[in-house]
Amino acid sequence: MTRRQDMSLGLLGAAAAFGVCEALSRAGIVRRGYLPPASEVLARAARLAGDPAFVDGIGVTLRAWALGLGLACAIAVPLGLLLGAVPVVEAAVRAVIEFLRPLPSVALIPLVSLLLGSGTRTEVTLIAYASLWPVLFNTVYGLAETDPLAKDTLRAFGFGRLAVLLRVELPATAPFIAAGVRISAAVALVLAVATEILSGFGQGLGVFIAQAQTDPDGTRDVLAGVVWAGGLGLVINGVLVGAERRLFAWARQPAPAVRTSRRSRS
Amino acid sequence: MLRLDSVSRHFGDQHVLDGISLTVPDGQLLSVVGPSGCGKSTLLRTIAGLLPGEEGTVTLDGTPVTGVPDRLAVVFQEYGRSLLPWLTVRDNVALPLRRQGLGRAARRAGAEAILERVGLHGVARRRPGELSGGMQQRVALARALVCRPALMLMDEPFGSLDAGTREDLEDLLLEVHRSDGTTIVFVTHDIDESVYVGDRVVVLSPGPGSRVVRDLPVGLPAERDQITTRSLPDFVALRTEVGRAVRGT
Ligand SMILES: Nc1ncnc2c1ncn2[C@@H]1O[C@H](COP(=O)(O)OP(=O)(O)OP(=O)(O)O)[C@@H](O)[C@H]1O
Ligand SMILES: [Mg+2]
Repeated sequence: MTRRQDMSLGLLGAAAAFGVCEALSRAGIVRRGYLPPASEVLARAARLAGDPAFVDGIGVTLRAWALGLGLACAIAVPLGLLLGAVPVVEAAVRAVIEFLRPLPSVALIPLVSLLLGSGTRTEVTLIAYASLWPVLFNTVYGLAETDPLAKDTLRAFGFGRLAVLLRVELPATAPFIAAGVRISAAVALVLAVATEILSGFGQGLGVFIAQAQTDPDGTRDVLAGVVWAGGLGLVINGVLVGAERRLFAWARQPAPAVRTSRRSRS
Repeated sequence: MLRLDSVSRHFGDQHVLDGISLTVPDGQLLSVVGPSGCGKSTLLRTIAGLLPGEEGTVTLDGTPVTGVPDRLAVVFQEYGRSLLPWLTVRDNVALPLRRQGLGRAARRAGAEAILERVGLHGVARRRPGELSGGMQQRVALARALVCRPALMLMDEPFGSLDAGTREDLEDLLLEVHRSDGTTIVFVTHDIDESVYVGDRVVVLSPGPGSRVVRDLPVGLPAERDQITTRSLPDFVALRTEVGRAVRGT
């Protein structure tokens, strides 16, 4: 299927979902209090863009998102290179990783809030923790996928272990790392909003949603907030996919996903 | 001088090379032919010090080869995969010059000069993935030549070229060999080519446990020419003998 067909089908699906929600609400099948018409939700979401307090909140959420994601990458990429390049370290750390990985990060929100209070520090810590894994695993996986012949080529020209790591393995792994960052970006957004919802005060998109929840007629605002969260996720994903396409045009398959694409060159 | 003393190699249970002994004097161009899968690439990797663990010894100028020797260049059989797809053609070719501590401008100039020499014009800024197989092969050749190696190992370097280009590059190889005095181990499956470029042809037996079955000096005049050399009676006799040896008759 071409990208254009993909996109028009996507639009069609979105329009259909919109129509169903609108009809359910307008026909009174579902009480308006539960499900306001989709058009009202969208109109509210659009109006929020003109609300300085709300826009500030989005800024706060995005700052925490960027900080947490940045921190995760700063830790995960070097750690992944170390794990991938030095098998001894990998063997020693594997048990710890296998224990930590399945823990749902959202379940850690109360614990971390208890330890760090319910401010930005908690939010950034949780985001960083949750977004660490996709980047880390993609880095390790990408390293293992590096073509041994490319490594041998540099070795044959007299380059040492470190030079091979930096000049072959790191660039060859870059598309995998980027795909990991893209996945982490979505995870980070989930954690940012979830942490804010659970903490319930201060500023941020999640805080807006949490507070709207307590209003008598708040469903519309809650949904408008959700629309914003979804929109942010879409934009972030779109920007990252675009960047991957541009930067890694040399890789046969742009934007390799986790454990699905194996580059084969002949 | 490159010396192999009863070099054997196994991959797990599989016996690939069985006691290969060879002495290659400095400046010799040694052609190696043998049936597919007999272990020619494995032999080159062993000489390059790329395969861990060893049976028998490889020495270069009297010192045992334990790691990758200095001033080595290798053209791998899978030339396409050995080019780094994220670097431009020019940066791929310039890569070995980094080891010589040359500045960026000098590296680029060196790369561009050698690209011209292998007949690649106007592709310096392209990426390997945008080139045809034959062009990629020439890039790999240029990268091997750029650092003026003392020992060059070539694994079927002209395998996917059209006849004309192939002859041009054979002659270029001979020219470089003569002017730089590089010792070259040249693996090929083309019997005529092995005789045309070689000072000597070594024939390996089919695996498992490949050995040297024939070691023939090529007594042709050093000055070679695609038309005249190939029609010399000595050339025809040699190619027949090598052909028989490869077929095991
Ligand atoms: N890294 C490896 N691990 C296991 N087996 C290997 C490895 N490399 C080569 N072999 C095996 O060793 C044998 C010789 O392989 P090699 O590539 O050296 O042959 P070759 O003479 O170069 O063949 P061709 O003419 O097809 O290039 C083959 O049977 C191959 O399967
Ligand atoms: Mg081979």
